Amino acid sequence: MNPLRIADKQFNSRLFLGTGKFGSASAMKNAIINSDSELVTVALRRIDLEADTDSILAHLPKSVNLLPNTSGARNAKEAIFAAQLAREALETDWLKLEIHPDPKYLLPDPLETLKATEELAKLGFTVLPYIHADPVLCKLLEDAGTAAVMPLGSPIGTNKGLRTIDFLEIIIEQSRVPVIVDAGIGAPSDAAKAMEIGADAVLVNTAIAIAGNPAEMASAFKMAVMAGRLAYESKLGKIQSSAIASSPLTSFLNG
Amino acid sequence: MGSFIETFNTLSWDQIKESIYSKTEKDVLCALSSSKLSLEDFKSLVSPAAEPFLEQMAAKSSELTQKRYGKTIQLYAPMYLSNECNNICTYCGFSLTNKVRRKTLSDDEIIREIKSLKKSGVNHILLVTGEANHTVNINYFLRAIELIKPYFANISIEFQPLSIEEYRQVHDAGVHSVLVYQETYHKDVYKSYHTKGKKSNFDYRLETPDRIGDAEIHKTGLGVLLGLEDWRVDSYFCAAHLDYLEKKFWKTKYSISFPRMRPAEGIIEPNVIVTDRNLVQLLTAYRLFNEDVELSISTRESEHFRNNIIPLGVTSMSAGSKTNPGGYAVEPESLEQFEVSDERMVQEIVELIKGKGYEAVYKDWDRKFSQTYA
Repeated sequence: MNPLRIADKQFNSRLFLGTGKFGSASAMKNAIINSDSELVTVALRRIDLEADTDSILAHLPKSVNLLPNTSGARNAKEAIFAAQLAREALETDWLKLEIHPDPKYLLPDPLETLKATEELAKLGFTVLPYIHADPVLCKLLEDAGTAAVMPLGSPIGTNKGLRTIDFLEIIIEQSRVPVIVDAGIGAPSDAAKAMEIGADAVLVNTAIAIAGNPAEMASAFKMAVMAGRLAYESKLGKIQSSAIASSPLTSFLNG
Repeated sequence: MGSFIETFNTLSWDQIKESIYSKTEKDVLCALSSSKLSLEDFKSLVSPAAEPFLEQMAAKSSELTQKRYGKTIQLYAPMYLSNECNNICTYCGFSLTNKVRRKTLSDDEIIREIKSLKKSGVNHILLVTGEANHTVNINYFLRAIELIKPYFANISIEFQPLSIEEYRQVHDAGVHSVLVYQETYHKDVYKSYHTKGKKSNFDYRLETPDRIGDAEIHKTGLGVLLGLEDWRVDSYFCAAHLDYLEKKFWKTKYSISFPRMRPAEGIIEPNVIVTDRNLVQLLTAYRLFNEDVELSISTRESEHFRNNIIPLGVTSMSAGSKTNPGGYAVEPESLEQFEVSDERMVQEIVELIKGKGYEAVYKDWDRKFSQTYA
């Protein structure tokens, strides 16, 4: 399996994890360990930078890379402010850009996200924006200097899987930056499917965090992501809508 | 664009009551099997016909809440800044004619209270006052918020209804959420409980969440005072209010609280008894109706109730609360607005939450987010 490169970092695991929604910090930690994930996203709003030890940060395995996110920001201005805070406090340029003015479905604002990406890229951030599965937006973000794109599979937290698959396929086909499917991945089979169609990585949170056994579910996702990627790299056989038999239209060429 | 009053005026208390009480088992089963519930479904779920389905409602509520919020419960604590009040609200311990010593915290006292409260680990604070415009007004609020802001990640307020301009000011000063309960949506009954003072203006209070939305405050808290009127009908109005607000102010987050009348100094008995079973029915009905709305349970509720409500759909709980100005450090013995039922310390509540397989979240906001407004 080929490693994944995003900006200046290389990843052996193509499974990224979210850290919210777990019933305890130890459940989160065990899930991260079992997943072999090398990149986890943490909401800046949840981290207590003033406490001696923050309950989330203290439980993250040392080897894992931190991807702070701007969850809670409603516009570009708030997100940029949060990003600068995260960079200063957590000593990383990496940022998962989340701008959702709608607190109900947490759907990303494409206009503000594009604006913030432009600005943050200029400020030297490695920006990974959470977006709708919008192929045109992805190209605009590329031009703005994004390090990757993170289109949603279905509304966040719904576990509905890849409802946007037709658009994800277009994004993957066109993209010059890594495509990480984020949000909505409810089962390991969804993750495998995302990898099979050529996504570079997936980000999973709810499906693992609220599973009966989060640590085992993390293992299941790890295997699914590996299986899906391996299948993609091995040139998965295409589904044929009709059998290819004789060649009635071109047989005349055979003389 | 008008306000909720226009919608409210199309609603008839009596017709809604009749509709709720005529719901059948079939209506309830239909609501339980839907994935997107309507206000009609909400009526079914709060109706007497839904009472035999409490376990199914709780199971669905638990599942939906975990999907949206995970296994977490947010913690907050109230801080009473003042019990001065010019309103007569016949059920409230701070009511104008109650012979209690009036107290408004000074700057020094606010700091002493904050430091004491902060030791408990609480990072989300709810500021509460009565309504006394001469002394406890926007200037007092802004000063108090300025003092409190450096110590807490998230500030909510439960003050008297303010103007849009005043809400903008408190927003820019760092307030995240505003709570304003209609108490009851029955206009005539409302007038009988609120006999004097600005609070007696039903319409002004009813339009308050519109003003909060216009001021772009992050979160609005709604609720009815359970015990004043028929909770099923009142809660339907509140759900309709929520529905209206969500469509109009789509950037605002919403929470519902369930203040249930408790004994307070010189106070009337509840007009309607809302039982634990009723409250569970109501709370789970809200969750089934709205997967996203925050549901909050305070220390008004008993230990027994709070011990068991955690996995049923609640998203936030208060802990270690004092409901008297100065209750944490300055004057711990003074009179409370209402008698706290669950007197356990914050740490005990954290352990309780943990024991249920949930994580207590101290911090889910950062005050620095609001620095961009300044």
